Amino acid sequence: MTASSTDRDVRSSEPLDAVPVRHPGRWVAVAVLAVLAAMFVHTVLTNDNFRWNVVGTYLFSAPVLNGLSNTLLLTVISMVIGIVGGILLAVMRLSPNPILSSVAALYIWVFRGTPLIAQLLFWNFLSALYPRLALGIPFGPEFISFDTNLLINQFAACLLGLGLNEAAYMAEIVRGGIQSVDHGQTEAAGALGMSRAQTLRRIVLPQAMRVIIPPTGNETISMLKTTSLVVVIGYFELLTSVQRIYSVNFQTIPLLIVAAAWYLALTSVLSVGQGFVERRFGRGVQSGPPGPTLLRWRPAT
Amino acid sequence: MSTPMVEAIGIHKRFGSTEVLRGVDFVVQPGEVACVVGPSGSGKSTMLRCINHLERIDSGRLRVDGHLIGYREAGGKLHEMRESEIAKQRRDIGMVFQRFNLFPHKTALENVMEAPLVVRRSARAAARKQAEELLDRVGLADRMTNYPAQLSGGQQQRVAIARALAMSPRLMLFDEPTSALDPELVGEVLDVMRGLARDGMTMIVVTHEMGFAREVGDSLVFMDEGRIVEAGAPREVLSNPREERTKAFLSKVL
Repeated sequence: MTASSTDRDVRSSEPLDAVPVRHPGRWVAVAVLAVLAAMFVHTVLTNDNFRWNVVGTYLFSAPVLNGLSNTLLLTVISMVIGIVGGILLAVMRLSPNPILSSVAALYIWVFRGTPLIAQLLFWNFLSALYPRLALGIPFGPEFISFDTNLLINQFAACLLGLGLNEAAYMAEIVRGGIQSVDHGQTEAAGALGMSRAQTLRRIVLPQAMRVIIPPTGNETISMLKTTSLVVVIGYFELLTSVQRIYSVNFQTIPLLIVAAAWYLALTSVLSVGQGFVERRFGRGVQSGPPGPTLLRWRPAT
Repeated sequence: MSTPMVEAIGIHKRFGSTEVLRGVDFVVQPGEVACVVGPSGSGKSTMLRCINHLERIDSGRLRVDGHLIGYREAGGKLHEMRESEIAKQRRDIGMVFQRFNLFPHKTALENVMEAPLVVRRSARAAARKQAEELLDRVGLADRMTNYPAQLSGGQQQRVAIARALAMSPRLMLFDEPTSALDPELVGEVLDVMRGLARDGMTMIVVTHEMGFAREVGDSLVFMDEGRIVEAGAPREVLSNPREERTKAFLSKVL
């Protein structure tokens, strides 16, 4: 057999000098996308109906920023209630105590099984059911009592509705995370003399976080937009604010663009944050959050 | 005679309808290295897991250092122990698993420090110093800041041994510690165990390493179908098995 011409110097340990595979399909795709992008940019810039000047006027206007801060506040507090409540419910659900487990199951059943709008309205109109709320001995004397409408104002009703509903969904996410951790971890911790609570806090939950974080990111981003439902009980946030403005000046499209731009900005910040948290809890495990090769926003490690 | 370290009398254990242990009796004295061999499914791992109450026995009596495991005797009756009491008993019993079960989110050093910090509430500096000494003892002084995923199987198992030793147990249980290892890594783990035996640690070792059993073991137990078929000095049992089932098993593995 004759040695081919590429066999010269094969032992020289030089990097292989091979012609890479061509990807003509990618170039075609790039060309098509480039034309589409050009068309899009062109129409966005030339179609006066976008009214970019109106977008600019309202992007940082007081009512929009006001709505934005409400959106943020509702999202953050509701998610805190949801995550803390979810962890609590998941632990209860997985408890060997049949009463705790059943109570958690019942909670999840009720709060996932009824519409969020109904729950928001329920908390808002709680005073129709119980005009006063009191602390005291069951069936005995009361120590203090409150007017329900003062105790649960609109803002509190929003938080109760959004937070308690979210807790039911988070409970299932956390439960899935806890159950994904190898049982050998619990056994090893138990064999070292760690209690159930210590094992959960120090060993199981930190490992479950890897599985819990991506869907929690989903929930947070979803919550950002779900907060707009508070309009049903007369509260306002970002989307409600722009709706109020365009219902007066009829600049519907520009104001929707204002809202969309803010939602996109917040979602982007959240995605970056999620990446950081994922890497924090990915210690000891090689796989981090995957990123598409073109849109890589984190340095390669 | 001193109190036996482990005393098992008539242990029965069933999982659903299968009876895994059918009346197991044995005694392990302080400082003894007891090896347990037998075909898979013979109940030897279950027996080991009963000793630190990872499995609950269905009948019989199991004592470690004179104390019933998982139960209290009071007023002529047995009372189940609380979870916290069981946890307390387990502190004195170290366990090494076939699949290491290291905590993957913690470094080798943190794995060894975990139980002293959390269970015994040791000061961080003291726990760290002890963990460094233990990792040095198992030959991993240069691997302390590595995560388990960055260690070979043999290194992981040695970290697991150091982790168990960190609670200063009086008894060490080994559940097939070398069965998940590549052949060339078995030696390093057995060396560490040999060192432990030399230092006088009481050990119960479920293993397939007949060479180790013969060389290090003080006693050898052969189990099959949930019963102890034959027990005695390792050389005796391995060289001149009396029972047919022992002969049949040994002829397959030796």
